[in-house]
Parts: sequence; structure tokens; C-alpha cells
Amino acid sequence: MPKKLLLNDKSVDFFKKVSELSGEVITLCDQCGTCSGGCPIIDEMDISPSQLMRMVMLGDEEVMDTKTMWLCATCNTCTVRCPRELDVSKVAEALRQIKLRQSFDKINIDKIPKEDLKELPQIALVGAFRRLTS
Amino acid sequence: MSNKQEMVKVFIMGEAHEVPAGSTIIMAFEYAGYQLKKGVGCREGFCGACATVYREKGNYKLQGGLACQTVVSDGMSLVQIPFVPAEKPVYDMDKITPDINTIKELFPTVFRCVSCNTCTKACPQDIQVMDYIQALKQGNIAKAADLSFDCIRCGLCALRCPAEIVQYNAGTLARRLYGKYLAKKSPELKNRVEEINDGKYKKEIQEMKEMDRTKLSEKYYTREIKLK
Amino acid sequence: MKIPYYPGCTLKSTAKHFEISAIESAKKIGIEFVELPRWNCCGVVASLADDDIMHNLAPVRNMIRVLEMNRDGLVKDEKRLLTLCSMCFNTLSRANNRIKKKSDDLDILNDFMYKEDIDYDGSVEIIHFLEIIQELGFDKIEKNVKKSLSNLKIAPYYGCMLLRPKDVGIDDPERPTIFEKFITSLSAKPVEWNNKNKCCGSFLTVDNKEIVVELGNDILTDAKNSGADIIVTSCPLCAFNLDNRQKNIKAKYPEFKEIPVVYFTQLMALAFGLSKEITGFDGNFINPTKLLKSKNIEI
Ligand code: SF4
Ligand code: SF4
Ligand code: SF4
Ligand code: SF4
Repeated sequence: MPKKLLLNDKSVDFFKKVSELSGEVITLCDQCGTCSGGCPIIDEMDISPSQLMRMVMLGDEEVMDTKTMWLCATCNTCTVRCPRELDVSKVAEALRQIKLRQSFDKINIDKIPKEDLKELPQIALVGAFRRLTS
Repeated sequence: MSNKQEMVKVFIMGEAHEVPAGSTIIMAFEYAGYQLKKGVGCREGFCGACATVYREKGNYKLQGGLACQTVVSDGMSLVQIPFVPAEKPVYDMDKITPDINTIKELFPTVFRCVSCNTCTKACPQDIQVMDYIQALKQGNIAKAADLSFDCIRCGLCALRCPAEIVQYNAGTLARRLYGKYLAKKSPELKNRVEEINDGKYKKEIQEMKEMDRTKLSEKYYTREIKLK
Repeated sequence: MKIPYYPGCTLKSTAKHFEISAIESAKKIGIEFVELPRWNCCGVVASLADDDIMHNLAPVRNMIRVLEMNRDGLVKDEKRLLTLCSMCFNTLSRANNRIKKKSDDLDILNDFMYKEDIDYDGSVEIIHFLEIIQELGFDKIEKNVKKSLSNLKIAPYYGCMLLRPKDVGIDDPERPTIFEKFITSLSAKPVEWNNKNKCCGSFLTVDNKEIVVELGNDILTDAKNSGADIIVTSCPLCAFNLDNRQKNIKAKYPEFKEIPVVYFTQLMALAFGLSKEITGFDGNFINPTKLLKSKNIEI
């Protein structure tokens, strides 16, 4: 028997917001797990990319407290493999943006050790600052 | 012909005032009764202390300029910015190198630039601010020094930057690095510094120190600039 | 052939040897890179959020410069913009594809950039150096090889940005061959291995060094186990994560044995018989000179 899920207004709003920001039709995801299977970072994540999709689909805002959205490196391995042509990296970016747009910084630039700043190439700094600072 | 002073209406912090047409923003403030103690300096467009933002009637753009140089227009909306808060890193010029590493270490925020060019649009000195930030991002100190040369550190760029970069402090670092490490050394400068250290100009400097304001000002405006 | 060239920030500092070896090798096959007279950082990573228009300003400005170069006669009817760095390639391409699809975004961008002389119209094409080489024909490379690299087994590392997503990738995202063809044309042997398009951890290297160390260890160990002597890349961030970070890998796994990681253009310059200053192996964290000598390849 199909299971009926009841979404409240708040979770519907959250789902809509992530859908709008990501531009992805998240409900197309059929939870096949292909994205998780190929994700190079999955070992370090607390929930898998497909779980992230599921939580968003259910409007579960707790997804915002996961490590996964910050660890997605936009490698697009999942993007080219998803049978539904979904882009998990865009969903992760939508979640990050919701946080970043509240003036949240995932990394504190002032706290990066000077030796690291000297060693890291410009390309690493620009990339990280774009993805992880508001 | 009547010699009645033509007046324009301006809004100072939201309040309407009639001020003489042709006034600069600073003059308008003072005419309206404000006493400016902060955010005003040389009144000659050099010191950069009187950076201000304003909107003209019928123009959606928030504009920036120097209050001592910008002439008011009818319907202008004004505010005076006393000071631009900014942090500046402390560094020892003898211990830093004129390359990308110094920029990464001291001004990591320049790597947040999104090339929106808002800083360039805001700059009263017509400096290509975005381009000097980009030059720093590439580690091109000489180019950054050159492009930022006319900066008077008014702070308008930093106020408008969505990436919260303090452009003028980064530009100052570039010019210091350029001056110390990259520029061709000038023998004349070296000689002159030696002369000063040897006390050759002691008498003149002392005379100037004792001069009254009018005399000093006269001397300044009648000075001769000798270029070889 | 004269072609507008976008270097990117890192190629002007830590990856200078990538740029120099590319420019000089390209000359040998008749390509002249004409650097954009004015350019800005591409932003490294593509803007992904649907409403994030601002982060497309940087890429689009660079495309306007290409139109200006055509206007000013610096190049003739050449609206392709050549890139070397994989990340610049990817970011510029994705921005270009986005505004071609969403003309509203382009209108907003043009309106915002009212200080630019020219409006952007979507007519520039972003290409990678490897694509130009393929277009010219790999035989052109073969003909210029002066120094045989036949003793050298090379693992081509594509990483992510040359291949994914599909609409910007220069080859099949799962089974690419362009690097292999390139290596063969240099007279060297491409190694078949599993991790050639596995992510190196990208910008996570800033705040999650440990993840990059793990990924690097996997990737490099696979290359060595597959018989590779050396790895080639076209990305300065991959180069940092796979080359410089070997010292961090070694700190964690003392038994780890290092393997040189170089830019593909350095080996191109080497095979073309160009000088030491141009191959620039001193710029690599792990200098491949010793390895090359052991394979009887003179630098
Ligand atoms: S690969 Fe696509 S369809 Fe499958 S779980 Fe992931 S996002 Fe859903
Ligand atoms: S894009 Fe993100 S979620 Fe997808 S495979 Fe790469 S790191 Fe994993
Ligand atoms: S660069 Fe910035 S601080 Fe300098 S003059 Fe222009 S706006 Fe003022
Ligand atoms: S305003 Fe800031 S982000 Fe915009 S171009 Fe200038 S420095 Fe860059």
C-alpha cells in the first residue's frame, strides 16, 4: 500500500524554496542511490547525497544541519550519472545559499592560519570563499 | 536683472533645506546650519576625508563623490559620512615580499571579489578600482600600484563593495611594495634624503614652521614645481 | 592562428610554468595565444543557484573583452576564447551556457554593466587548449616531437572540470580518450587506470585538508599501481591537491611513495625539445627531473 506523507506549511515552503533556488525538480528523484554510489566524498558525509535529496523532498529542514551540504565539492559525478538527470550539487548549493544569505560564514577568513594562506593557490581561496562565505 | 541669489532645494538627512545654487555639498551643509567636524578636511579634493553618497532627483543611482567637489542640484538627497570603519593589517615592510604570497597573507579578502565593478563606479577619482583588485588577485603588484596611484583613501569603494574588501588599504600595500622593492631607484631621491638628514634644509623648515597661515598659504600657491 | 587567450589568476603565479610551457609549445604547432588585454578572475566555481546572477558578471566581462579584441583588430573574427586551466574553462563555459539559455539573466547583466562599451550577446565560445589540439589533429603534435618519451608511462588525470557536467565537458564524462590520444601523440604511453576522473577534493583543501589527503592518497596510489611513472593534469587546483599535498599524505601515511604530477603542456614542451626554462619542472612541488633522467630523457 502506498504510504501517504503529510507535509505541513513550513516544510512545503522549505521544499519550494530549495526547488526554486536549485532550479531542480527534486520530486523526480526516485531514490535509486546512484549519486551516493559514485560520490567521492561520501565517506566524510553524515548523510548521503540521495538522503539529502530525500530530506529536501520531505521538506525536512534538519537537512540544513548536516555536513553533507558543505562537503559537496561540485564534482558533478552524480550529475552525469543520475538516471533522472538531476543535479544534487545544485540542491546542495541551494541549501548553502539559504544559510549564506543569512550572513553565515562557514569558514572564517580571519582564522585561516597565515601559513595556509601563503601556501594555498589563489584558485583554492577564490573557490572556497565563493562556496563557503556570505 | 535681479541679483537675488538663486536657490535650490536639497534634502539633508531627509530634511528639506534651501541652499544657494552652485554650492558644493559641504557648503550646503554649512549653509543649512550644520557644523562639520568629522568627514571634512582639506576642502581641495585632495585629502579624501569628505567622501559622501547622494542621489539626484530623477536618477535611481546612488552616487558617490567628494563633498567639497560635488555641486548640489535641485532635489538632491544628501548625507555626510563621518568615517569609514576599516581594519588594516599590520606588517613590517622589511619582512614581506612583493608577490602574491603577501597579498594572500595580508588581504585574503581580495579573493572574494566578484568583479561587479561597483567600486569603480563609486570612486570619485575615476580609478579602475576593480582592475587594481584584480591585479592584486593575480599577484601583479606593479600594475596594482600603478592603477591605484591616484587613490585618496576616501573609502567609498569599501562602503559599496559587496565582498567587503577594503580596496584602498590593499592598494596602499601595493604602492608601498612597489616603491620599496620594484620601482627603479632614483639617485635624486637618495641624494635629497641625505641632504635632509644632513640638515641642509633645517633653516627653511624652521622658517615654515613659524610662518603664519596666510603666508604659508601664499607660499604654497606660488610654489614652483620643477620637473626635469 | 591567433586566438584570444584567458590565463586566469593562478597561471600568473604558482602555475606560471603551465602558462609558459603552453604558450611556447603552441607556437610550435602554429597557434599564437593573444592574452586578453584586460581580464578579471573568472570566479573559479560556477554560479549554481538559479537566482544568482551576480557571480556571472565576472565570466561575462571576460567574454566582452573577446568582443573588444575583435573590434580592435587584435584578432580577426575569432570569438573563441582559449583556456588552459580546467576550472576557468568550466566556470566560463557554464556561465556562457547559462546566459545563452536564460536571456533574461543576460539582459540584467548587460544592464548592470552599463559602464562596459559593448553589450554581451552570447556569441563567444569557450574552448580548452586540448580541444584546439584535437581540432588541429594529433599528427601535428607527432610531427613536432624531437625527444622521444617512449619510456614514459603517463597517467592522464582529467579530474572533474574538463568532463562534467555534460554540456561543458570536452569528452565522454565516463570514458574520455582525448588525454590518451594526446599522450600517444607525444610518443609516450598512456596508462589505463580507474581514478582518472575522480575528484581531488577541489576547494575543500582550504578547510578540509584531511579529505583531500585521503582522496589524493587513493588517486595517486591507483596511478602507481597501474604502472604510471608520472601524472599529467590541466588544473592548478588538482596540481596543488595532488602534488603539493603529497607532503601531507606522507605525514599521514609514512609508507607513501611520491609520484610527480605535471601539467600536460610541460611534457609537450619537453617532447618538442624546448629548453629547461620553458618546461619549468622547477615549478612542480615534486620535481620530475630525476625520474625523467632515469628514463633516459634529457631535460
Ligand atoms: S541518482 Fe538521481 S534519482 Fe538517483 S537518488 Fe540520486 S538524485 Fe535521486
Ligand atoms: S557533486 Fe557533490 S554530491 Fe555529487 S558526487 Fe560530487 S561531491 Fe558528491
Ligand atoms: S579607490 Fe576607493 S578609497 Fe581610493 S579614491 Fe577611489 S573610492 Fe576612494
Ligand atoms: S566592489 Fe568589491 S566585489 Fe565589486 S569589483 Fe569592486 S572589489 Fe570586487
